[in-house]
Amino acid sequence: MVDVPMLVGANAEIAPGVYRMQLYTDGVALTEELRPGQFVNLKIDGFYLRRPISICDWSHGVLTLVYKAVGEGTRHLSAMEEGAALRVLLPLGNGYTLLPDKQPVLVGGGVGIPPLYYLCKELIRAGQKPTAILGFNTASEVFLQSAFAALCDTILTTVDGSAGVKGFVTDALPKLNPDTSTVYTCGPEAMLRAVFRSVEFSSVQFSFEERMGCGFGACMCCSCKTVTGYKRICKDGPVLRREEILW
Amino acid sequence: MVDLCVSLAGVGLQNPVIPASGCFGFGREFAEFYDINLLGAFSFKGTTEEPRFGNPLPRVADCPSGMLNSVGLQNPGMEKVLTEELPFLKTYYHQPLIANVGGFSVREYVSNTARIAAEEQVDIVELNISCPNVQGGGHAFGTSCAAAEEVTKACKAVCPKPLFVKLTPNAANITDIAKAAEAAGADGISLINTLLGMRIDLKRRRPVLANIAGGYSGPGIFPVALRMVYETYAAVRIPIMGMGGVSTARDVIEMMLAGATAVQVGAANLVDPYACKYIIEDLPAVCAELGITRLSEMTGAAHGWSA
Repeated sequence: MVDVPMLVGANAEIAPGVYRMQLYTDGVALTEELRPGQFVNLKIDGFYLRRPISICDWSHGVLTLVYKAVGEGTRHLSAMEEGAALRVLLPLGNGYTLLPDKQPVLVGGGVGIPPLYYLCKELIRAGQKPTAILGFNTASEVFLQSAFAALCDTILTTVDGSAGVKGFVTDALPKLNPDTSTVYTCGPEAMLRAVFRSVEFSSVQFSFEERMGCGFGACMCCSCKTVTGYKRICKDGPVLRREEILW
Repeated sequence: MVDLCVSLAGVGLQNPVIPASGCFGFGREFAEFYDINLLGAFSFKGTTEEPRFGNPLPRVADCPSGMLNSVGLQNPGMEKVLTEELPFLKTYYHQPLIANVGGFSVREYVSNTARIAAEEQVDIVELNISCPNVQGGGHAFGTSCAAAEEVTKACKAVCPKPLFVKLTPNAANITDIAKAAEAAGADGISLINTLLGMRIDLKRRRPVLANIAGGYSGPGIFPVALRMVYETYAAVRIPIMGMGGVSTARDVIEMMLAGATAVQVGAANLVDPYACKYIIEDLPAVCAELGITRLSEMTGAAHGWSA
């Protein structure tokens, strides 16, 4: 883990309220290994606590974050211009464990989709052929679909049917064999619960979101109860296996 | 050369910088960032008799110049601290250690104090009678002189090591509580714990914290903490660990001028894991700039002025 100064590259709105920001180090080469499902914690001028954002992509020294401007901190982030500097604590959290023997299905909803992109790339790099199911409310909110489609089989769902399959991500989920397949998922809690009910095998990995204090396991602000005791979403998570979850 | 050493109730520290309880866990997360042996000491996570999960989530909120938390003393419980946390800590930390203990009754405070004070690794016991986030414990003892006196007296009777009592700013008059603790035999005072505050989510029209209110910490409380340390220094003869929003080497010196013998750093560790390391590294140059050759001489040096 390091706290590095980084510079903002492109920072553009790619769907209503959703931004893609690229960050690059200012001459310092990062030796840290960033794994899919991990996140970074951004120190934004004028805000005390850092803002945790999942890693959407990491290649050739460029970090890509896709985030939604939901509060004052992320709104401020969305207004940052190219060349602006901010401190980035990374890499944080316990990401996805790549299971080499199982056919991967990626299930993402809304702003939970970005971390699955880096995961998708890493799975392909490991020689696997993932399928992605991406869910949105409506056609105008869709983002990253073409990026996924360029990498793997991609199924789009919208709740109102204005694009892709009408319904929820779970409506597009094929019947899976627990011995040969696995699911990696990230999205709003209601979607995670639906996936939890639909795919009842232990290898499924869920990525959670929680309000965090430090982001590195010290303050206990984001602790959740699990089957194996409490877990800090920032340090022991954000990815938990299905068998650990108390639902 | 600047001498950073201080003596805290007879315990020698290589510098006065101490991470505050609840903002440093049991040290292991920070040891991943730097060698924590450069600290003056550290105060570990407030420990109760039984394991505690704490309050429902969300239990953190951002604030202007600080943060709110309503964690509610999540900790693994005394048994696990004695059998797992302390032995592990011993493998990589060799500087003085402050044990922060919580409780919900005089009996529990006494039991926790006796057990932790018996550990060779522990140099100072810090009695937390000031947690704002638990019902029936902590805070209830820190806002009444009689209760503070009773619990301090009972704990000191089983504590052969220096006993500091950590006070809340949410008392009618913090110096009265400090005097009560001193009269009951406390060897020192730690102040301040967090200030009670809240935030409301504008869109959802409800409090951000599930527990509604929480403790406000961070640079925003520094002037309040400084004033309370200043007043308490004038009211008691025992040493003070000053804390509340301390974030820089200058803040450390200011807190000492107000009367602190040593200075705790809390929330700053959470937004910058290297906060204490940077403060300690900055101290010699800042002292030199201010003409300070022996930092310990700054304790209380701003006193003697009349309004």
